[in-house]
Amino acid sequence: MHFDLSVVIDSLPYLLQGSAATAVIVCCAMAIGLVIGVVMAVGMVYGPRPVALLLSSYVWFFRGFPVLVLLFLFYFGLFTFLGLNVSALTAVTLVLGMTTGAYQANIFKGAMLSMPKGQYKAARALGMTQTQAIYCIILPQILRMSIPAWSNEYSIILKDSALAFVIGAPEIMARTQFVASRTYQHLPLYITAGLIYFVLTWAGVLLLEKLYRKVRIPGYSQDGFGQ
Amino acid sequence: MSNALSILRISNLKKSYGKNTILHGATLSLHQGEIIVLIGPSGGGKSTLLQCINCLAMPEEGEIFLHDNRVDLQSAGELNELRQKVGMIFQDFNLFDHLTAVDNITVALRKVKKMSKKDALCRARRELDQVGLSDKASLYPAQLSGGQKQRVAIARALAMDPEVLLLDEPTSALDPELVGEVISVIKQLAGNGMTMIMATHQMSLISTLADRILFMENGSIVEQGTPQELLSSDMVSKTRGFCERLNEISPEDL
Repeated sequence: MHFDLSVVIDSLPYLLQGSAATAVIVCCAMAIGLVIGVVMAVGMVYGPRPVALLLSSYVWFFRGFPVLVLLFLFYFGLFTFLGLNVSALTAVTLVLGMTTGAYQANIFKGAMLSMPKGQYKAARALGMTQTQAIYCIILPQILRMSIPAWSNEYSIILKDSALAFVIGAPEIMARTQFVASRTYQHLPLYITAGLIYFVLTWAGVLLLEKLYRKVRIPGYSQDGFGQ
Repeated sequence: MSNALSILRISNLKKSYGKNTILHGATLSLHQGEIIVLIGPSGGGKSTLLQCINCLAMPEEGEIFLHDNRVDLQSAGELNELRQKVGMIFQDFNLFDHLTAVDNITVALRKVKKMSKKDALCRARRELDQVGLSDKASLYPAQLSGGQKQRVAIARALAMDPEVLLLDEPTSALDPELVGEVISVIKQLAGNGMTMIMATHQMSLISTLADRILFMENGSIVEQGTPQELLSSDMVSKTRGFCERLNEISPEDL
């Protein structure tokens, strides 16, 4: 078995198109997860008990099921059952979005609970409604605090997105497998795929670290990203 | 203490946490410009009483009247209105950490009073000027000293044009050398005729500002009267005993 680098070079544009698909899946999933996460965290911390219970069962559902099971469950199961014509790409994005939403809800919930109650009280004492206090005082602070944990979540979801190949979404993994199965150049191709994931992880985390430093509250010395 | 003049009146406020009753039916009436000082041992219910007056802690029983109009404690709208008219200063300042000193003041002006950005900024600067912090407007809370934080908190409360100010041990969390600047701001407020209810152990505030002293113990108001009545040497009162012990701790304050 010889080592043919020309296969890698020839298929690189094809693989990079796949990484564009991966990037779209991950960005959309993280955005969906952000909305779900924030709304759910607010509901779990400030909502009435039945709402909080309902939301935490959502979290347990997505935390307890493997992503692969969820993917099949939604794509072959639920979407077909409901007669929805959803593309593989959309299905992966939705399932990853809902999954990371559950994890992000827990991140934001933790940040909210770690914030001292005083500022919320002060906001209410000034006559702000609960919604205003959450939106203007709580969220701006807990979102800042959550960036390090959020970037961790990004790196996990990015790599979970490789599972999309099993339902045929045209992302990095699917395309690598497609080329490898035809050229038998598994070793160089999967190293290349791995490196593409590595670079995407690194770039995303670096970007979030920059954002974290940019929006940091002056005078606070804590640094969630370590060194 | 006629009701006709009362700006704020509370009647039989009760509050408990679980099986612990913290407040056993507090009743009190406050008229324009009056300054009431709450004293008593910690755990006596002073903070709870203050927080029940603006319903940050919701009382289980009792009534609150603002200008003789009963406040409907079930109505979120009426509560927000009550809270705008009854400002609050906290022991640990509770500034909004992510906002500069000036934005700590503008945020409520814009969201609650719906002021324009420009008007809110103008008002906030004026209030900062009043507490002597115009040069700190663009600093964040973490960049301010304790005394400066409390002065920003006072400016923030005053910007809402409250009719009554509740102060919950405003100097207790401060280093001794920073207490003075906050005391002088509070005295300035008193000089401007602000109506206040203040929990404090600062003898210089008690003896110079109080129109009336309420002594609270185990969730009840057990004594009340003017400082002259309660602190005079021929009177045997819990208040006097308590203040004497305070003086032993920091005699230079009197």
